[in-house]
Amino acid sequence: MPATRTKTRARRRKQEPEVWRLRLYVAGQTPKSIRAFANLKALCEEHLKDRYRIEVIDLLERPQLARGDQIVAIPTLVRQLPPPVRKIIGDLSNTVRVLVGLDLRPADRPGSGRPA
Amino acid sequence: MTPKKHSTRKPSKTLGKAATGIQGFDEITSGGLPRGRPTLVSGGAGSGKTLFALEFLVRGAAQYNEPGVFVSFEESVQDLTKNAASLGFDLDRLVADKKLFLDHVYVQRSEIEETGEYDLDGLFSRLDDAVQRVEARRVVLDTIEALFAELPNPGILRAEIRRLFAWLKQRGLTAVITAERDRPDMLTRHGLEEFVSDCVILLDHRIREEISTRRLRIVKYRGSTHGTNEYPFLIDEDGISVLPISSLGLDHAAPVDRISSGIARLDSMLSGKGFYRGSSILVSGTSGTGKTSVAAHFTDAACRRGERCMYFAFEESPRQIIRNMRSIGIDLEPWVSKGLLRFQAARPTYGGIEQHLAVTHKCISRFQPSVVVVDPVTNLTVVGTQHEVRSMLTRLVDFLKTRQISAMFTSLTAGGGPLEASEAAVSSLMDTWLLLESIQVGGERNRTLHVLKSRGMEHSNQIREFMLTNDGVRLADVYIGPEGVLTGSARLSQEGRERAADTVRRQELEHHRRELERKRQTFEARMAMLRAEFEAEEDKIRNSISESELLDEELLQDRGLMVRSRKADPPADRKERRARAGRVR
Repeated sequence: MPATRTKTRARRRKQEPEVWRLRLYVAGQTPKSIRAFANLKALCEEHLKDRYRIEVIDLLERPQLARGDQIVAIPTLVRQLPPPVRKIIGDLSNTVRVLVGLDLRPADRPGSGRPA
Repeated sequence: MTPKKHSTRKPSKTLGKAATGIQGFDEITSGGLPRGRPTLVSGGAGSGKTLFALEFLVRGAAQYNEPGVFVSFEESVQDLTKNAASLGFDLDRLVADKKLFLDHVYVQRSEIEETGEYDLDGLFSRLDDAVQRVEARRVVLDTIEALFAELPNPGILRAEIRRLFAWLKQRGLTAVITAERDRPDMLTRHGLEEFVSDCVILLDHRIREEISTRRLRIVKYRGSTHGTNEYPFLIDEDGISVLPISSLGLDHAAPVDRISSGIARLDSMLSGKGFYRGSSILVSGTSGTGKTSVAAHFTDAACRRGERCMYFAFEESPRQIIRNMRSIGIDLEPWVSKGLLRFQAARPTYGGIEQHLAVTHKCISRFQPSVVVVDPVTNLTVVGTQHEVRSMLTRLVDFLKTRQISAMFTSLTAGGGPLEASEAAVSSLMDTWLLLESIQVGGERNRTLHVLKSRGMEHSNQIREFMLTNDGVRLADVYIGPEGVLTGSARLSQEGRERAADTVRRQELEHHRRELERKRQTFEARMAMLRAEFEAEEDKIRNSISESELLDEELLQDRGLMVRSRKADPPADRKERRARAGRVR
């Protein structure tokens, strides 16, 4: 077990500096999507400073993109990297749930162990 | 998201309807689904919702030039395409022709985290994009309820679905929304019917006594008349066929030309010309009374006239019928190979009564026969109640009549039961009813046939003995007398007795004739004798008369001489003399 943990930790340390790629799907500048973007921005600043990239996709402009990521609800946040892909819907106002959804809990900070 | 004008097809002036192209469905809804409005199609698992929706789209795209979008919430596009192919729909081609757009909306609950308010604009965008790509006029959402299991916060979802339906309506899209029904007291699991107010169709797949039947009912159809019945429907390799037969009125034509029954003597019992074309004939009787033989004659006669004949066999296989009928001198094989005769044989239990009806319809529509035989129709009671059988037969008879197809139904009557009563359920539908009976007399059973009724023609009321010979059916007069109806050998011996009595009677008659002749001769002889006597007498009398006259004359002459000699008064005397002379002359 300790060996495994060391290995995991090593990999994670190597991975952590990697940039998180987040994609936020919206449909027009609705209050909900503006709120979602603001919430996301704040959250990333706090937990992923300098390690994230947010791509906002407006489905009013590029509706065909909704099919690829199986978007139904708006706003939807897709964590593309690191894998696996995770989806979070809603305006991201419930920060705890967003962190859970992104697999980005305080316990998951660099240096702390991550339960399997 | 402003509504765009799609000028693919002119909407009709009255309440717009979008023909589904589903066989029979457009008839019961008088035109199809409400154009530009959503329709809810609800039903339990496996009731045919997806297929209904799919056929609506495919037919719309292929036949009515109305492209469609299929949004599947359950099946993947590959699965959908594969399933559709098994029903003869080539989705890939329609997709390539830009007449159809398939989208699989797939939401995995496990990878979704809800973090606040959301809406379904993603779905709206996808739908809008799809609609624009093919200029769709029709949309299917199958089954949007799946979202309830996948997305959190049902309150938001309901509001969003309501908005979606309103959006579809605003865009003027004719939409079919399928929904799952899991409880009999609710139309849909999530109460979608409250969002769709225009048209609700319920599909049902029920099993009774191990036989499945599919039924369709239009629960509501705002702004349109529609049949409210449950209509049986069938899913086969051509898609859905709804059987709208009960919507037909009693307005079929009544042909006056006649067709032969194939049995000359039977034709003569039916005022010499046989059945009316397009009429329904019931041949009923207990087992072994020769119903199939009568049907075979009818079939044979039709094929001889060069008409097509469809034979629905529910009891025997075609091979068996052909073999058995050969034994009474009817060879049906050539007609089969010439394509004039087609058999459709199936055990009644192969499907529900509606399935039978649907198969019958399909076969008849394809083969276009002018004569149909259903042998025996009573076997269907195995798969339905008497009421259902009657309803099916009504539909079938109506269907056949509108196509002016002559039909013969054989009906097996349970032995011992009242022959007429048990048939009452179907007999009133029939124009002609031939009753075959088996009469037991003198230790043998013999078959008889009589025409119980035959609408619109004079027919014989007599019972005929019905014999199966090597040359087919032969009808003979039965002996009806004080001892009742005699058939078979009893009839033969009775006929012998009658012949003997006849001879005796003839002899007596001859005897009487001879006696009369003799009497006449005697009489005439006597007459001659009398005449001879009379003539002899007459001669005698005449002679004596002339003698006495002569005497008289002489007397007078003598007297005259005397007068002259006495010089008496002459005039008076002369007068007297003249009178006397006249009398003598």
